[in-house]
Amino acid sequence: MQREVPLFITFITGILLIIAFFVPPVSKLEETFLDWYSIVAGITLILGLDSLIIHHLRKIQWKKEGWVHSLALILSLNLTLLWGFWSWWKSGSPFAPSASFLLYFYTYVFIPLQATMFALLAFFIASAAFRAFRARSLEATLLLISATIVMLGRTPIGHKIHPFIPVLSDWVMNFPQLAAKRGIFLGIALGGIAFSLRVILGMERSYLR
Amino acid sequence: MMVEMFWTTVAALLTLAIFSFLYEDNPFYKIAEHIYVGSSAAFMFIYVLYFDLWPKLWTPFFSKLFHGNLSGITSSQWWLIIPTILSVMMLTRLLGHVAPQAMWISRWPIAFTVGVGSGLGITGTLQGILVPQINATFLPLWTSSILHTFNNWIIVFGTLTTLAYFYFSVEHKGVLGGMARAGIVFIMVGFGASFGYTVMARVSLLIGRVYFLVHNWLHLV
Repeated sequence: MQREVPLFITFITGILLIIAFFVPPVSKLEETFLDWYSIVAGITLILGLDSLIIHHLRKIQWKKEGWVHSLALILSLNLTLLWGFWSWWKSGSPFAPSASFLLYFYTYVFIPLQATMFALLAFFIASAAFRAFRARSLEATLLLISATIVMLGRTPIGHKIHPFIPVLSDWVMNFPQLAAKRGIFLGIALGGIAFSLRVILGMERSYLR
Repeated sequence: MMVEMFWTTVAALLTLAIFSFLYEDNPFYKIAEHIYVGSSAAFMFIYVLYFDLWPKLWTPFFSKLFHGNLSGITSSQWWLIIPTILSVMMLTRLLGHVAPQAMWISRWPIAFTVGVGSGLGITGTLQGILVPQINATFLPLWTSSILHTFNNWIIVFGTLTTLAYFYFSVEHKGVLGGMARAGIVFIMVGFGASFGYTVMARVSLLIGRVYFLVHNWLHLV
């Protein structure tokens, strides 16, 4: 019962969605299921928050190494939640252009933190490239050459070196890169379909653990 | 103006705290990192609550239910009781610490989400990736322009050889082996180009952050 019912639910849901795709009179089912899915998945965020909060509260409680950082996390989480709800109540929406949540938290806290985190990766990618991009074999040389062409083609210095470099960079992106990406996408798509079928038919049950 | 200045300074200090990791791991970075995780989690929660749960569950169903306006609930809105029950069942995972024997209840909503994901995995992939990508690969291999013909050959040959490289059901020998070797050439060029593209995207973010510091915060440029 504890395993059969979930397997049946997965089977029925998956099959109904496939039928809804091919049979127009029941196509609204897809929209309905997607709404239900976003509701259930949205509620699941509570589990994530619960897990995050409990993990860090325990660190604070037992004064484990880095508990001050956990305190910063708990404080920032609660302040953001309070700010969001307050803004919602005050402006009618936390994402209204006049809402302080969007004006200050999003613009001056969230965006700088996120953008800087991703900008930081520029340095690590560069250092990883320095170590990995050595023309030891034909494959590594191709990797090095195409990356160099694309990087140079997207900077003014590339055009200064030779006006053909940006054209070559666009060509690499639009043809060989596209061909490889298309091959990989087709492989992923076929693999995804096969995996989805296995799940619907109950051959793949790892989610029941 | 003062408020703007205060918040710009907050943003600048957070930016510098994250960049301090370039020197070495330090408490400023750790604090900024944890603030990022905490505020992101809360932001996502507010976002999902506002854009998903509120318009899809609260407004059409619960707000009417709590205001006693039962006649205002349409027959299709009554069906929202199903995702509500599934959500409650999902939340039984919160009882994991006190009543682990009740956790099996959450398998039902998990099965539902897995079922939706799998169903859409088939139809969405067919519609969104497989058919359009195959369609775009059916290109004329002989045109009036040599360059056009060459480019079409690159796409068709590159796609087929890349697929051949990932075909592991048969040993890569003979024709398949040759195609797989050609495929790796395309894959390496593709990875290199994607890498270069990603690096440039990150560098533009970096330029953006540095510009923020010297322009918005310090007013140097």
